[in-house]
Amino acid sequence: MRVEYKTNHRGTEVVLWGELDHHAARTALAEIHAWLDQTMPMHLTLNMARLSFMDSSGIALVLSLYKRMAALGGILEITDLPPFARRILKAAGVEKLVSIPA
Amino acid sequence: MKKKILNTLKLSFPSRSANEALARSIAAAFVSQLDPTMEELCDVKTAVSEAVTNAVVHAYPDRVGTIEMTLRLLEGGEIDISVRDKGRGIENIDLARTPTYTTGGADRSGMGFTIMESFMGYLRVLSTPGRGTSVRMRKKLGHE
Ligand SMILES: Nc1ncnc2c1ncn2[C@@H]1O[C@H](COP(=O)(O)OP(=O)(O)OP(=O)(O)O)[C@@H](O)[C@H]1O
Ligand SMILES: [Mg+2]
Repeated sequence: MRVEYKTNHRGTEVVLWGELDHHAARTALAEIHAWLDQTMPMHLTLNMARLSFMDSSGIALVLSLYKRMAALGGILEITDLPPFARRILKAAGVEKLVSIPA
Repeated sequence: MKKKILNTLKLSFPSRSANEALARSIAAAFVSQLDPTMEELCDVKTAVSEAVTNAVVHAYPDRVGTIEMTLRLLEGGEIDISVRDKGRGIENIDLARTPTYTTGGADRSGMGFTIMESFMGYLRVLSTPGRGTSVRMRKKLGHE
């Protein structure tokens, strides 16, 4: 998996590319947190459009970023969610914490 | 439930996290003989990824052990997948299968078994503490 960092009109955007599983999540999450340490954005967009696969490891990644943003008083927003990723996040009730696109 | 086995693939591999992707790709390739829909293929890949990740993360938390995956094609367009380890085992299987129950801390969400069951339709878990765990999943594929 590859992580791309961008700035958009609201703040910053993280684009996840490829397959998000346990193997990929470990390094990706550490990398994203290190980047948040440096940039401290108040609004973080998590763009999942480029994912080709996601299992339950994606739930823990989203929740970890949600907690991190909430602790800073910031907002996490998920955009461009492919149907397979939506099913996984919905199974875990993530939409109660983080708004996910309809 | 005795159905004729039309094809079988057995593989065994070390519990390294890089093998999670390998295992689900092989399962997807095996299932392709049934001409599944994209959604069915995604269901199988996800369920295999959950089962194999559990063996990597929970069965062998501090060592590399062996994971065995058996793929079977049954008559009537059904797929039978078993993932076995000789790791730590599970004390209370009913509890382990409860949504959001996890011993994995913040890195895990406790949704693996729930996803396997809902994506495959049939899930059986057998385990002996200290001896290992066997996860078996079945799904009927195809558009007949
Ligand atoms: N192969 C296994 N060996 C030993 N314990 C296991 C095994 N598989 C699952 N477990 C136990 O069952 C619990 C629930 O598993 P499940 O896959 O549902 O959630 P998780 O792995 O904790 O989190 P997630 O799958 O959402 O990342 C685990 O936390 C672990 O305690
Ligand atoms: Mg799991």
